[in-house]
Amino acid sequence: MSEVILLAVTGVGLGAIYFLVASGLSLIYGLMHVLNFAHGVFLTLGAFLGLEVAQRLGASTWTGFAVSLLVGALAGAAFAALTERVLVQKLYNRHIEQVLVTVGLGLAAVALFDGIWGTDPRFPRGPAWLSETTTIGGANIPNIVFVAIISAAAVLAAVVLFLKHTRYGMIIRAGVENRAMVTALGIDVRNAFTLVFTIGGAAAGIGGVLASHHFGYVSPMLGQTLLIFAFIVTVIGGLGSLIGAAVASVLVALLQQFANFYLWGTGDFAVVILLALVLLTRPSGLMGRKA
Amino acid sequence: MTPAPVPETAAPGAVVGSGEHILSVRGLTAHVAGQQVVEHVDLEVAATGVTALLGRNGVGKTSTIKAVMGLIGRTGRIDLAGQDISGLPTHKVAQLGVGYVPEDREVFSALTVSENLRIAERPGHAHQYDLVYDLFPELKQRAGQAAGTLSGGQQQMVSLARALLNDNRVLLVDEPTKGLAPRLVQEVGQVLARAAEVVPVLLVEQNLQVVRELAQHAVVLTGGRSVHHGAAAAFLNDPELTQRLLGVSTGAEGSV
Repeated sequence: MSEVILLAVTGVGLGAIYFLVASGLSLIYGLMHVLNFAHGVFLTLGAFLGLEVAQRLGASTWTGFAVSLLVGALAGAAFAALTERVLVQKLYNRHIEQVLVTVGLGLAAVALFDGIWGTDPRFPRGPAWLSETTTIGGANIPNIVFVAIISAAAVLAAVVLFLKHTRYGMIIRAGVENRAMVTALGIDVRNAFTLVFTIGGAAAGIGGVLASHHFGYVSPMLGQTLLIFAFIVTVIGGLGSLIGAAVASVLVALLQQFANFYLWGTGDFAVVILLALVLLTRPSGLMGRKA
Repeated sequence: MTPAPVPETAAPGAVVGSGEHILSVRGLTAHVAGQQVVEHVDLEVAATGVTALLGRNGVGKTSTIKAVMGLIGRTGRIDLAGQDISGLPTHKVAQLGVGYVPEDREVFSALTVSENLRIAERPGHAHQYDLVYDLFPELKQRAGQAAGTLSGGQQQMVSLARALLNDNRVLLVDEPTKGLAPRLVQEVGQVLARAAEVVPVLLVEQNLQVVRELAQHAVVLTGGRSVHHGAAAAFLNDPELTQRLLGVSTGAEGSV
């Protein structure tokens, strides 16, 4: 029993990290129809800069940890906003070129991180409590899992509130549905594009700091590795649906955890099977709009 | 009412927009995915009342309107009250006071009715909520309802209301009665008649009875070109002309 609880809770924790990457991907695709293959490097930059800042402020202090989350968010947001303005927006409505430029940026950024931080993984330290465990139903659950879950839930709530209750949120929701009509009402939708990238980058940056504690390391490839699962999550959840991304994140991570434990390490395989099943039965994803 | 076409050599903007026309299109060519859908269209929208844009199915009426809005690629000259808007992106065209009621309504189905109206509010304009709720009291009652759950007629009201909310200089209205029950067709006609008292309208409409009631002017497209400019009534009362250009026969009673 404690085994199941451990797998379930850590699965949700992993899902939380997937969601922090997938939420941005999903919104960006939903609004702009851009598959952002550079999204993982926003996460990696957030993780590295968060780690650097935490080390300077005292890695084992809560202040250091809190500031590292903030720096991770800001770094991801700034990198993403710059990417959108300098690269993606110049290729407005040229989707193949947009994909190519994000693929290129993803490769170049990883090479840049290699140059700055080296190819070997770095190991972040956090407040002692994070690496301790809390016992629930006999299962010893690492505390970082709870922090990841709470952070992702907070990000989800903040983004939902933003989308529901602000004018820009309304423009983004409308734009996901029918971008041309939004512009025909006199709205320059490009500002919404930059905003969506910025929000997605911030979420990924937070995800980077949390992932570095969750997995216990940062490497230049960390983000791009997570990106693969984030894309799967986004497709399963329904491109453009934030809630779909949240549900699918947890679903994918749980499946992965349980299959890895009970089905001889076939977690990644099981996820791909799930992806295939969803694509065959519900091509627009669990919560995606019918095309 | 039919002006002689402005000579190609006329100084840009010299004649058009001088009061008689709010919108003037010269040599408009438009394409979608490399395919030419509108070819060298000339048309004028009178500064008052309703100008009907007529023609057989697939002749490029909707594309012409989309091209004016900048929603599809276009070349040629488009003057709004004397200002060339042919190079402007869609949102700038709308900001200059062009209201657009697309074919198939295109309401934001995931947004509520009131959000559909709020998103249409153009900053720096007075918003005519009194007018809109006077014309469509139902929209006030259904303010919190998701627009996707409305009937086709109600969605058309939302779409029209979005365009009427702002002080526009011209409305482009594309097939507003398409798929509506006869009672709603009448209601939409009444709304457009009232709108046309304050803002000129370019109307694409298949229902010639509606055209007959509303339109003072008519432009007929055929083969992606405009071939006829004139008074709407005179055109509709000419069975030979309507048969040739629209493929329908209209008696003087217009029992179409």
